[in-house]
Amino acid sequence: MSAVLDNKPIEPPGPLREFWQGFAANRGALIALIVFALIALTSLFAPLIAPHDPIEQYRDFMLTPPVWSEGGSTRFLLGTDELGRDMLSRLLHGGRVSLGIGLAAVLMSLLPGVLLGLLAAFFQRWLSPAIMRVMDIVLALPALLLAICVITILGPGLVNTVIAIAIGALPGYVRLTRAAALGEIGRDYVTASRVAGASTARLMFITVLPNCLAPLIVNATLSFSSAILETAGLGFLGLGVQAPTPEWGTMLSAARDYITRAPWVVTLPGLTILVSVLAINLMGDGLRDALDPKLKKVA
Amino acid sequence: MLGFLLKRLATLVPTLIGITLVAFGLIRLVPGDPVEVMMGERRLDPEAHAALVKRMGLDQPLPVQYADYVGKLLHGDLGQSLVSREPVSKEFAALFPATVELATAALVFAVGFGLLLGVSAGLKRGSLLDQGVMGLATVGYSMPVFWWGLILIMFFSVQLGWTPVSGRIGIEFDPERVTGFMLIDAWLSGEEGAFKSALMHLVLPALVLGTSTLAVVARMTRSSMLEVLREDYVRTARAKGLSPTRVVVVHALRNALIPVLTVVGLQTGSLLAGAVLTETIFSWPGIGKWLIDSIGRRDYPVVQAGILISALTFIAVNLIVDVLYGVVNPRIRGGGH
Repeated sequence: MSAVLDNKPIEPPGPLREFWQGFAANRGALIALIVFALIALTSLFAPLIAPHDPIEQYRDFMLTPPVWSEGGSTRFLLGTDELGRDMLSRLLHGGRVSLGIGLAAVLMSLLPGVLLGLLAAFFQRWLSPAIMRVMDIVLALPALLLAICVITILGPGLVNTVIAIAIGALPGYVRLTRAAALGEIGRDYVTASRVAGASTARLMFITVLPNCLAPLIVNATLSFSSAILETAGLGFLGLGVQAPTPEWGTMLSAARDYITRAPWVVTLPGLTILVSVLAINLMGDGLRDALDPKLKKVA
Repeated sequence: MLGFLLKRLATLVPTLIGITLVAFGLIRLVPGDPVEVMMGERRLDPEAHAALVKRMGLDQPLPVQYADYVGKLLHGDLGQSLVSREPVSKEFAALFPATVELATAALVFAVGFGLLLGVSAGLKRGSLLDQGVMGLATVGYSMPVFWWGLILIMFFSVQLGWTPVSGRIGIEFDPERVTGFMLIDAWLSGEEGAFKSALMHLVLPALVLGTSTLAVVARMTRSSMLEVLREDYVRTARAKGLSPTRVVVVHALRNALIPVLTVVGLQTGSLLAGAVLTETIFSWPGIGKWLIDSIGRRDYPVVQAGILISALTFIAVNLIVDVLYGVVNPRIRGGGH
């Protein structure tokens, strides 16, 4: 057996393995991945794990402190809010809303963004200036203000929050895809494919796109974390997801009045947002190191 | 230089048209009759309704309405608030300095400490200090602004009682408005304690607003320093026997600042957006809070103006940064990259 193993030629690691080695070399990214996986799983299975209904109000237990402080009870591990709702259950269910909106916003900006970016790269004469000028206009407003603008028109709510955040993230994807695609279009393999008779659509999606994915994946991670922050920001301003739906930012907005009496109502949702966003950002750093050595920060 | 400036200004034209279209469309895109939407629960008899439609020019064709809107804008007419009945431009003039004061304080804090931390981390690469600064920068960048504000209020205002919770100055003071910047006006008034009161009111909001910018500036300065320190001219300067301080400050930092400048320009946008949240938390009477309050009151002319002004400020700041960039880096001016 050992002879067989010894004779095996040394192969270079496959692309997936190489990627994983690059990612795992960044210890912070690895820990962040574990933390994020925990948050994502507990959110996904919130209906099974959560001890209480997130919107049920236990009127006799309003503002019960968490179990470790004086007056806490094991019935409500992280305490209750001003209406007697279980904090733990709200945080778990809130994760479904906050992460869900973030994910939906990323998809809703990634897919049209990639399409528009490819179109701008392939049709440089007519489409490109039009698309890029429109993106410049979107970029002229800071993301949160743009989201507020969209919410003003559409009205607050879960779906509208997704739309508002997705519009703000769109220009990033369009610019990134266009720049990456322009870098590839001039290469020999694209010319070869074109000469072999590939249609423009085939060139766009099958030939060029796969080679533009690395920066897009990194950008998707970063826009995921900013989408969560924006969702929470909108919720905090009362323009996002509406009560009684548990969402981390919306929970904080109601908690402002209880800073002195019930600090846990303020600290816990914010801490959850911070830890989630931090984990995603650290994962993004790791992804960038692993996927694109060119983008690697000077470390 | 003039050619560069003109070219840069020309690229702004489509953006400016786009922004005015967005602001113009804001009222008209809201589903339903704009007048009824704006009035909300305030019921209007048909006559008043028709009068308002006419006054707002909503009975005209859209292109005429748009031309009218832009014409008024060019004369500085931003419309009239539905709630206070005051011209929007008048309200704006009273509130804008508050936002500028807050954003400036935040920027000074962020750039000052960001450069300091970034340079020290870059010089002591791999040290505990470096790791600490980078760790904190990542946390600062991931921080939800509004929560950070609440936590600081909880600690400094409620627990320690060091800083006030809201507003720009204690109610016992009423300095005459000279510059619109409370800090300067309070100082000019010469009243005892006024300056201190204004300063204490400004510290926490500025710190909260500046945090994420601080993190970005520190990160950028560090990596830019690391790159510059490897350059030949730095080695030459060292070999010439210049003092380490002179090498760092005169030779390295000056060149390391170029990318930092861009980041600072881009960050102004997030300062404007962050101001909306920060002003809401600290009841800071600026443009951000005004915008949010007006959305709640369905005061659409104000919302429209607020969005427009924020976008214009953002565009103007980026223009200034671009021009500065051209001054600092002559390669940009030629139009080549």
